[in-house]
Amino acid sequence: MAEIVVVGAGPAGINAAERLCAHGHRVVLVDEGRQAGGQGYRRPSPGLDLDMAALMGTEAGKYEALHARFARLLPQIDYRPQTLVWAVEDRTLHVVQAGVAATLRFDALVLATGAMDKIAPFPGWTLPGVFTLGGAQVALKDQGCLIGRRVAFLGSSPLLALAAAQYRKLGCEIVAIADTTPFASKLAALPALARSPRTLWRGLSYLGGAMLAGVPVLHGVTPVEVVGDGHVEALILRDRRGRGRHFSCDAIALGYGLKPETQLAELAGATLHFDEAFRLWLPQCDADGRAAPGLYLAGDGAAIGGADAAETSGGLAAMALLVDLGSPVDERARLALRRRLARLRGFQKGLAKAFAWPVGQIRALPDDVMLCRCEEVRIGEIRRAMAQQLGPVEINRVKAMTRCGMGRCQGRVCGPALQEIVAGAAGIAGEQAGRLRVQAPVKPIALCVAGEAP
Amino acid sequence: MSRHTADVVIVGGGLIGVWTAFFLARRKQRVVLIEKGVVGAQSSGTNFGNLRLQGRFPGQYPLSLRSQALWEEIEALIGEDCEFAQTGHLYLAYDDEERAKLEGYAQVSESHGLAIERLGPSELRKRWPWLSERAVAATFSARDATANPRLVTPAVARAARALGVSIIENACVTDVARSGDGFAVKTADGGHWNCGTLVNAAGAWAVAIAERFGETAPIVPAGPPQFVTEPFPYLIEPSIQAIDGSVIFRQIPRGNIILAGYPRTVADPVNHRAPVPPAKTLAAMRALARVAPILAQCHVIRVWSGIEGYLPDMIPVIGPSLTMPGLFHAFGFCGHGFQIGPGVGLCLSEMIVDGTTPTPLEPFSIGRFRESVAVSEKFRKEFDGA
Repeated sequence: MAEIVVVGAGPAGINAAERLCAHGHRVVLVDEGRQAGGQGYRRPSPGLDLDMAALMGTEAGKYEALHARFARLLPQIDYRPQTLVWAVEDRTLHVVQAGVAATLRFDALVLATGAMDKIAPFPGWTLPGVFTLGGAQVALKDQGCLIGRRVAFLGSSPLLALAAAQYRKLGCEIVAIADTTPFASKLAALPALARSPRTLWRGLSYLGGAMLAGVPVLHGVTPVEVVGDGHVEALILRDRRGRGRHFSCDAIALGYGLKPETQLAELAGATLHFDEAFRLWLPQCDADGRAAPGLYLAGDGAAIGGADAAETSGGLAAMALLVDLGSPVDERARLALRRRLARLRGFQKGLAKAFAWPVGQIRALPDDVMLCRCEEVRIGEIRRAMAQQLGPVEINRVKAMTRCGMGRCQGRVCGPALQEIVAGAAGIAGEQAGRLRVQAPVKPIALCVAGEAP
Repeated sequence: MSRHTADVVIVGGGLIGVWTAFFLARRKQRVVLIEKGVVGAQSSGTNFGNLRLQGRFPGQYPLSLRSQALWEEIEALIGEDCEFAQTGHLYLAYDDEERAKLEGYAQVSESHGLAIERLGPSELRKRWPWLSERAVAATFSARDATANPRLVTPAVARAARALGVSIIENACVTDVARSGDGFAVKTADGGHWNCGTLVNAAGAWAVAIAERFGETAPIVPAGPPQFVTEPFPYLIEPSIQAIDGSVIFRQIPRGNIILAGYPRTVADPVNHRAPVPPAKTLAAMRALARVAPILAQCHVIRVWSGIEGYLPDMIPVIGPSLTMPGLFHAFGFCGHGFQIGPGVGLCLSEMIVDGTTPTPLEPFSIGRFRESVAVSEKFRKEFDGA
C-alpha cells in the first residue's frame, strides 16, 4: 500500500486525511502545532478556559465540527503533532519530532502547510508591541491573551476587522482600524466579492460593528511611524486627505493579508509563478492541487482562499491522489468541489484586489527603515548595494551582498517587501526581481536534534 | 556582430579571473573579462571564506605566502576590506595518530617560515574553555585569516573595472579559436573579441576550453556544503578545523557560526545545481556539537553551496597551455582557491607580461594529466559519488 503523508492538520489536511482514510489508506498526518486545527481553528492551550464559541462567532459551528471530525479520525491515522518538517528530498521528509531528527518516507505527499502574515515595514515597525495580525490572534486563541489594552489594527486585510472584533469582545479598546487601500478600490472589487455573499456580509458586519462602537475606521491611509520609548506608545498615520493622525495605543497588529508557506512545496518539486493579484510567488497546480508527480497541494499553502476553500481543496487533493492510485472517485462530487473551490478562490482574488498590497508605499519607504529584522538590514543598504558598480539586481544576489533575508526567518517575513524594494530600485516589474530560493532547513533546527555521532 | 580587440581575454568571472584582470590592468594591459552569469556567483562567492596557511600541499607554500601578503593589504589594493580579519586557525587532533599528522603539517609550515604554536589539552581548555575534551592536541597559526567570499569577487571586479578592465556579465562564451597568432572569442549574444592572450579561468567549465586546444583534465564539478547558525554570543575567534575532516567552523563578529561539512557533493554544472543533502546538514551539525558542545542549542538557519572544479590529486591547474602559445589555464582549485586567488592572479599577470614569475608553479602544470594521475586520499575521503 502506498505510503501517504499529509503535512498540516488544519481544515485542508484534516479533510484530505479523512477522505484518504475513508478509502482504506494508511495516512501519516504530520503537524507542527501542538493541537490540530491549524491557525484559523486553533484550540486554546489545554487547561485554559476560553469561550471559543463566543470568540469564533458565526464560525463557531464549523470550529466545533472540524474538531469533532478530527476526534473521530484520530484512531485511524498515524498523527504526529509538534513535528517540524525541515526538508524534503527523494520522497523522504526530514522531520524533527520530540527534539530528535528522523526521516519519513512517502510515495505520495499532500502539503497543507497554510500561510503566514504578509508584512510591509514602515518606520518603527520593529518596536516591541508591534505584532503581526496572525500573532495577535494566536495570543488570543492559544493563550487567551491580548497583545495590549489599546490596540491599533493596521494594514490591508479583511482580517483586520475580524481580529479587531474578537479583541473588542474580550474587552480591548480598539483605537483604530486603518487600511492602506482607498475605499474606492474596495468598491471596485465588490462585483468579484459578491460571488461569496455570506463571507462578504460577514466582513461588512465586522466593520459595521466597529463603526457603531465608535472605532475610527480609515481607508487609504499611509503609515508614517510607530512612536514609543522602548515600547509602542502611538501610531502616526496620514489619512487619505494627507492629514496627520495620531493614535495613542500600547500595541499594533499589522497585517496585509496572507502569504502561503510554499517552502516544502518548492523543495518537493513544485514550480512557482508570480501572481500579480497577490503579488506573491505561488505554486503551480492543476485544479485539484497536483503540483508534481506524487505531490498534492491544498489549503492556503497552495493558494490563499480561507478556511472553507482550504477544506474544499483538501478534499480535492485527496481525490486527485486516489485517482492517481487507481481508485475510483465520485465524479459528480468532484465537480461540485471544483466549482465550489473556484468560487471561493475567485472571491479571495477579489479580496486581494480590494485589500491591495501597497506597492507604491513600500517602494517609497525612506532609507532608514529596517527591512530585515533578523539581520538588521535597512532599506538604504539595499539601494546603495544595488546602485554601485556591478551591483546586484536579482533578489538572491541582493541577499548575498546585503544579508537581507539571510537570517532566522529566511526571508519569510521580509521577502515580499524586499521584492518591491529591489524591483523599485532597479525600475523593473516585481516578477523580474526574481524569487528568494528556498534551501532546507525551511525553519531553524538546533544542533542537538542531529543526535550523537555514531 | 560587434568586433573588439584586447590584449587579454579572460573567460570566467570567479575569484581567479577577477584577480588576474586586476593585476594585468595594473601592468597596462587592455583586458576583457567575460562571465556567463555574474561575477563571483559560484564557488568564489559561496565558499567558507578561510585564508588558511596550515595543512596545505607543500609545493603550494610559496604561492600561498605570496597570496597571503596580498590579502593582508587588500583594502589598500582594491579599496574595500571585504571583512578581512586575521583571526588565526586552530587545527584539532582527536587522537595520537592525528596528533602525529598535525605535527607533520606544522613542520612543513615552519619550513616555509610560518609560526606554528603547539597546544596540549590543558592549554587548549585554558584558551578556549568551551572546546570539547575530545580535542587532545592542536596547532595554531596566528597569521591565518578569513574574509567574506560573497563580497570579495565583486569588489575586486569593481577595482579592476576602475583600472580599465571591461567586465562583461551574462555573456556565455560559445567559441574560442586560434586566430592569427592570437585568439578569437565569441559569445552567445554575438560578441566577438580578438586577443593575443587567453586566460582560461572558467572553473568547473574550464575543461571545454582546454579541449578546444587538445588538452584535458579529469575535472569533477562539485559543491562544498556550507551551513550557518543563528547569531550566538561572540566567543570563537579563530577558524577551527578538525583534522579528521569532519568539520571546519568560524564565528563572525555578528555572532553567526559558519561551518562546512564533508564529504563534498557532486554538482550539476549544466542545470547549475549544487545541492546540499539534508543528511550532510545533520552530519555537520553533529560534528560541530562534538567540538563545541556549548553550541548544542544553537540553530542552523541556512545552507548553501556553489559549483567548483575538483581534480583527483586535489591540486589546481595553473600555468601556460602546453599545446597552445598564449593560452593560460587557472582552474580546478579543489576547494582551496580562495586563499591563493590573489597570488594566482599576480603570478599569471607576471607570466603573461614578463614571460616568467618568481613563484614556482611547476607542480600545477596541466601536463601532469598526460600520465595517469594518482588519486589523493583527500579526494577519496572528501567526495561521495565521485
